[in-house]
Amino acid sequence: MWNYEKRLQYPVKIKNPDPKMAQVIISQFGGPDGELAASMRYLSQRYAMPYHEVCGVLTDIGTEELAHMEIVSAIVHQLTRNLSVEEIKKSGFDKYYVDHTLGLWPQSAGGEAFTSKFFQSKGDPITDLTEDLAAEQKARTTYDNILRLIDDPDIIDPIRFLRQRELVHFQRFGEALRTVQDHLDAKNFYAFNPAFDKAWQPSREGEHNSGNCGCKQNHMK
Amino acid sequence: MRYSKKELLDYINVVSFAVDDVKLYLDTHPTDEAAIEYFNNYQKARNQALKEYAAAFGPLTIDTAVIRSEFTWATQHWPWEWEG
Repeated sequence: MWNYEKRLQYPVKIKNPDPKMAQVIISQFGGPDGELAASMRYLSQRYAMPYHEVCGVLTDIGTEELAHMEIVSAIVHQLTRNLSVEEIKKSGFDKYYVDHTLGLWPQSAGGEAFTSKFFQSKGDPITDLTEDLAAEQKARTTYDNILRLIDDPDIIDPIRFLRQRELVHFQRFGEALRTVQDHLDAKNFYAFNPAFDKAWQPSREGEHNSGNCGCKQNHMK
Repeated sequence: MRYSKKELLDYINVVSFAVDDVKLYLDTHPTDEAAIEYFNNYQKARNQALKEYAAAFGPLTIDTAVIRSEFTWATQHWPWEWEG
């Protein structure tokens, strides 16, 4: 379960509304490499993950992504507060406004709705963690792209924080992938899927190594 | 109270971030003694500051809320608001 904490992980205090920038930054709320997709990806992947330390990484990063989603949402909210109809028309925010007024709705910068098609939960630890490594880099690139478009220090500051976290998460997922590989057959990491092939469970490692596991794959050599 | 409301919230953000970051590190280095000591120090500082903040200015977590005549958890300002 989760408990809410009534503060942002990193403070957001934007003096000047800018609906044009809000339309770009909203992609990190509900876009293909956004924080909502990141959180749902990691939290969904936990259930097929056979190793406790890696479940810890997925849980704690998946939870932090929810906090990042809230930071991005706060940025978009503050960039669109108190807008006049004139400002809405002039900035091109009218296409969003007509469907959502000044409410937050998860979409990409191009207006595409949030969907679980943005991420995968494959049920294979190596595959899932390799996706997670790519996801952190894609989010980092998106923040780099956003940083090239903005010059307001009130926006740059929290965006830089979020970008930096992508690098830390990438590092931790790399260590998690290494942990998974340490549990596997070093001669062939792909000999079996430890989340599916029941003969291979962490608690039965000894039996497996002795060749009595009943695995169909010929990975014992 | 030594801190203003803003100072104490800034302090909570700092020590909480230290906990957030070392927590991820400990997930993949669960027996690192220096990191465990760091975690214990910042976790203690965070819990203490959350209690002080709740007593003086209102709750940030439901577990530290001190509720008397009004349910301040809901009625006080929310973190995304520019005002407040």
